[in-house]
Amino acid sequence: MKTSLMLAGLLAATATSALAQDKPVLTVYAPDYFTSDWGPGPKIEAGFEDICNCDLQFIAGDLLPRLLLEGDRTEADAVIGLNTDVTARARATGLFAPHGQDTSTLSLPIAWTDDTFLPFNWGETAFVYDTTKLANPPQSFQALLDAPDDLKIAIQDPRSSISGLALLLWVKAIYGDEAQAAWEKLAPKVLTVTPGWSESYGLFTDGEVDMVMSYTTSPAYHIIAEDDTTKAAAIFPEGHYFMTELAAQLNTTDQPQLAQAFMDYILSDAFQGMIATANWSYPAIIKPGFLPPQFADLPRPAKTLFYSEQEAEEIRQEALDEWLTAFGR
Amino acid sequence: MADRIRSLIPAALAAALLAALVLGTLTAVTIRAGGLGGLSARDLSAIWFTLWQAALSALLSCACAVPLARALSRRRFPGRKLLIALLGAPFILPVIAAVMGLIAIFGRSGSVNDLLQWLGLPTLSIYGAHGVILAHVFFNLPLATRMVLHGWQAIPSERMRLAASLNFPAASIRRHLEYPMLRSTLPGAFLAIFLVCLTSFAVALTLGGGPRATTVELAIYQAFRFDFDLARAAALALVQVAICIAALLVSRVISVAPNFGAGLDRPSILGLAPRTIWPDALCISAASLFLLTPIAVVMMRGVSGLAGLPTTIWQATTTSLWLALASTALTLAIALPLALAAPRHRWAEAAGMLPLTASALVTGTGLFLIARPYVNPTQLALPVTLISNAALCVPFALRILIPQVRGLQMDYDRLAASLDLHGITRLRYVTVPRLARPIGFSAGLAAAFSMGDLGVITLFSDGQTQTLPLALYQLMGAYRLDQAASAATLLITLSFGLFMAFDRMGHYADPR
Repeated sequence: MKTSLMLAGLLAATATSALAQDKPVLTVYAPDYFTSDWGPGPKIEAGFEDICNCDLQFIAGDLLPRLLLEGDRTEADAVIGLNTDVTARARATGLFAPHGQDTSTLSLPIAWTDDTFLPFNWGETAFVYDTTKLANPPQSFQALLDAPDDLKIAIQDPRSSISGLALLLWVKAIYGDEAQAAWEKLAPKVLTVTPGWSESYGLFTDGEVDMVMSYTTSPAYHIIAEDDTTKAAAIFPEGHYFMTELAAQLNTTDQPQLAQAFMDYILSDAFQGMIATANWSYPAIIKPGFLPPQFADLPRPAKTLFYSEQEAEEIRQEALDEWLTAFGR
Repeated sequence: MADRIRSLIPAALAAALLAALVLGTLTAVTIRAGGLGGLSARDLSAIWFTLWQAALSALLSCACAVPLARALSRRRFPGRKLLIALLGAPFILPVIAAVMGLIAIFGRSGSVNDLLQWLGLPTLSIYGAHGVILAHVFFNLPLATRMVLHGWQAIPSERMRLAASLNFPAASIRRHLEYPMLRSTLPGAFLAIFLVCLTSFAVALTLGGGPRATTVELAIYQAFRFDFDLARAAALALVQVAICIAALLVSRVISVAPNFGAGLDRPSILGLAPRTIWPDALCISAASLFLLTPIAVVMMRGVSGLAGLPTTIWQATTTSLWLALASTALTLAIALPLALAAPRHRWAEAAGMLPLTASALVTGTGLFLIARPYVNPTQLALPVTLISNAALCVPFALRILIPQVRGLQMDYDRLAASLDLHGITRLRYVTVPRLARPIGFSAGLAAAFSMGDLGVITLFSDGQTQTLPLALYQLMGAYRLDQAASAATLLITLSFGLFMAFDRMGHYADPR
């Protein structure tokens, strides 16, 4: 079976078209991590196909670059997994249609009024540490900057990583014009800068660094999936940067009703109730039972920081230059 | 004359395919971008960093390879063949696994620093430009060693016998036999490693310690993903190609073919080796320790979890194995005609080296732009991975094959001509048997490399087809680091198994 599939693929045969003929197909672009067995994709696909009488097909990869290259000839009917740092450029393509949902029902720590991009989960940036190895973690971002240089952290490169970019904006949101000075204080504590989140997190679990730039929700994975309560996120009074993943439908779709149904499904109880453990983040709508107790018990920052898409677009380059300069010294 | 031209057709086709893949895709991106973009001061410093770290990495790899290859070629000990095979392993490791292995040894909490601390000595940090170079030497020393070792083995034993009967001192052997061999082998090894390090991305980022270690490939990535500036990405990709061609020209000038003449294929004699075996023993032990412990650590970490790997991993494994075998066949089909044409036609070698300079991101995007009007790119996920993996292996296969082909043509061209051996017959009775070892080695490298490489799949991925390296990254991205470690163990085992199988096949097929 596998062999014949392989051969079909090698010959570039349209192996999927036979399956697709009897049901309408909804094509959804998603990031790489989404469609693996360990991502949220399979659960979303199963859940939506239960109600839509259609075939939901994810196409995983470089979501926005692909859309930008394809323009209005794209086959995507909808996208899921966009980050706020690219919405300005995504919006500028004029490819997207309003999602048609009531955003006042969302349980986000910030107000969300965007009628095009719909959040389906969220979290906040945080430095994660091992409570058995780091007895006295920094109690604030400032304390982290002032910590002795032998406290080592791993961060991600903002040029190649979403969480790396979020850290850039986090520092900018706290320190503003002093961001470069803050980076210069942080730089000696940065053991290394990795291309993506996975490599940093691997360094952390291997005990190579004391703290890793990750999310406030990261400890939930260890508690729920591994019964490991030694991982914690350091909560800083200066506030934590808000991160959300978004979905949207395209106005070029040939399946407008299905795409709209997909938007409706995203805020449905079925979707929102399973996303916490499917994607290790908070659901966009929190109702009783949507959050496992271990999730609900996670400490939450008192303050949430966030740049609107225009602000983020405007300060991105400047923040990156400050970061590069601070590390260049 | 017509025969001459006809015999070049396969090489010309192979060269055209590679040129289309590298330059054609670059052109497609440039056209889409509406021209090339200007480079910033930061891009220039990235180019500079890339150049010097690649040069230094290549230099160190070659410098260490010479004593190691010499020790391996003149000493006989139990397990020597296995050790030679094992020492090739780092080159075929998936980058992420190798980096984790290096960190486990040389990292902040690694064994080396534990030892230093225990001895009361100051600790070392692997993070920084020196870490990048250490990792590059780790990856590429095996390649250089094998290339030089092949050179040593290719010196006919009759020449060594003659040297012995003339009572040559070691200095004369060096001057008349070893230097000429090195002069034909080392420039090619240096070039190949220099080019590999030129396009390094993940190594430089993870061990570089920060943005000071920005390579051109990362600058391309940034232009692409952060700025979505295709014009600048294309300009940077063009710089990479230009550097490659310049390096190729330089190596052509330096490299001189040895002229040992044909031998009688009798086993080599070892009597000339100096009596003191300690320097050789030290060299082999040190290299083994450096190259094998990081791999052993990565392997051990994942062993216990192997049985618990999810079933999809095994499907991904099957896909990866198929891909690896198919891309090995394709690599040889492209590399062999090019290697046979290369000694007389420079374009063949130049075309064969091109894929090394291609930025995976730019090639992938170019292919996407070219394919997109005609077919749905997701249907091409596997063929595109296959072709790009094969193309990436061609330069290595060429570097291994060309020095041997040069010798072969010098030694056997006249004999073959006098016997009117040509075409398939000559290939069957002379070329393939004489080249069995380098062909086997190249095939092994290609198979292992394709097994572990992510390829340019991201723009073509259909979300269903999973390869083993892709699954490894996805496991890591989903917090499942233990399972990722097991997937890495599986990947290393299979890559190395494939490599060994082809390499051994080459040895058996060699009539000598």
